[in-house]
Amino acid sequence: MDKKLLVLGIETSCDETAVAVVRDGRHICSNVISSQVKIHAQYGGIVPEIASRKHIEVINQVVESAINDAKITLNDIEAIAVTYGPGLVGALLIGISFAKALAYGRELPLIPINHLEAHIYAVYLEHPQINLPAIALLVSGGHTEMVLVKALGVYEPLGRTKDDAVGEAYDKVAKWLGLGYPGGPIIDQLAKSGNKEAIRFPRAVMKRGKYDFSYSGLKTAVINYTRNAEHRLSSTDGLSLAGGLPLTEVPPLNDIVASFQEAAIDALTNKVMNAVKDTSAVSIIIGGGVAANSRLRDQLNEKTAGKGISLYIPSPVLCTDNAAMVAGLGFHKYNTGKMADLSLSVKPNLKWDE
Amino acid sequence: MLTITTQGPEQTRAIGKRLGRMLHEGSIIALIGGLGAGKTVITQGIANGLEIDEDITSPTFLIVKEYANGRLPLYHFDLYRFDTPSQLDFFSIDEYLFGNGVCVIEWAERIEHMLPSEHMRIDIQWVKENQRQINLISKGESSSGSNNYQKIIKSMQG
Repeated sequence: MDKKLLVLGIETSCDETAVAVVRDGRHICSNVISSQVKIHAQYGGIVPEIASRKHIEVINQVVESAINDAKITLNDIEAIAVTYGPGLVGALLIGISFAKALAYGRELPLIPINHLEAHIYAVYLEHPQINLPAIALLVSGGHTEMVLVKALGVYEPLGRTKDDAVGEAYDKVAKWLGLGYPGGPIIDQLAKSGNKEAIRFPRAVMKRGKYDFSYSGLKTAVINYTRNAEHRLSSTDGLSLAGGLPLTEVPPLNDIVASFQEAAIDALTNKVMNAVKDTSAVSIIIGGGVAANSRLRDQLNEKTAGKGISLYIPSPVLCTDNAAMVAGLGFHKYNTGKMADLSLSVKPNLKWDE
Repeated sequence: MLTITTQGPEQTRAIGKRLGRMLHEGSIIALIGGLGAGKTVITQGIANGLEIDEDITSPTFLIVKEYANGRLPLYHFDLYRFDTPSQLDFFSIDEYLFGNGVCVIEWAERIEHMLPSEHMRIDIQWVKENQRQINLISKGESSSGSNNYQKIIKSMQG
């Protein structure tokens, strides 16, 4: 029987300052997220130095809110879990410095948490029993990773992006088309009114690593497509288009983004389903900000229907960066003795198996 | 200056590979070109020429990625997010520029004032769908320059 434990989790790997209190790896007592999205929106992306400074400005207040929301005092906290990678070095440093100071001052155990693994754990906060093995797909602005989950803490990395992350492709395409930031929700919304079959953008086929992903080519295809369209509009030389469209009309923006989204999501779901088949996995776990994408959810629901495969996607607040997943996973790491001392340092390039 | 026109990413990558073989400690490559021009593609070639066998993925999220297992360390920068000067107030690149590796900097025009005057500039221009015009330029180097950018460019011609 696992020990009972009240864990404070801290997550500052990117642009969210997040602190949560979770009891026994399961019960979320509080989950506070201070987002910088609005600040970064004006720059069309996350600006690391701004991220670090904002973490410093708000972290005290976010910890206080998490304690108050949980209706406890700092004295009740029994362990501190903190994300130490992967992520932005300056942003991670704020979180682990705070966690170390708190652990030292209060003589509490310090539990280092891998951000990637925490995203998988997010589903356990809402579904304590998940049938394994599972294929987990982690998709966000910084990550596109697929792993086989054999047990909690036992992972076999299957594939990852060879160039851009899928969320990064959404952000860059949105910026290119003048749609704003963050690109994911904007494109998802606009795509709903568009024809996803309007343009056949390429689905990357990998020469090696059949579970790997590539989004640079798709991004470039959208840029090429719109440039060709502009060129065609401004000239009469009848330049031919990759999409083979009639030369007299350019598809509206919603058709372009719907077609982009279809190509981006097809690549994800096809590879997930191939991996499920090859590994005889019985569940699919999705995490990261792109898990909120409506087309990804629809496609996975369609492709798993009637196949006896369970699909787990956390609630939106647990899909994006949060500290409940950090505090929750912290409980399990504590029970398996995975504590750190005060020499803990950040690992911006942390991998699955570290 | 050397101008090369490539037809497709494979050719752009090959240019990078030839270049990567000739770079040495302290080489600085400033890459200029819009979204989808092929900056990361040419960097993948450079890494290959430096005998790095890891995948070169987009550094946009982390700003800089380091690759240590090749003939020389590679520091791959992406300054895409720094699109107003004030964001650079707390940014320092010096320890990399004057380190013992090769620096490849995407969106380098954003920190032009921070670069040493001697460096190689590569402009990648979108011509059409798969066609790119690549200009290799030795910047601020005298004919006896220690980085041999002029020499490298000359041998790329042959």
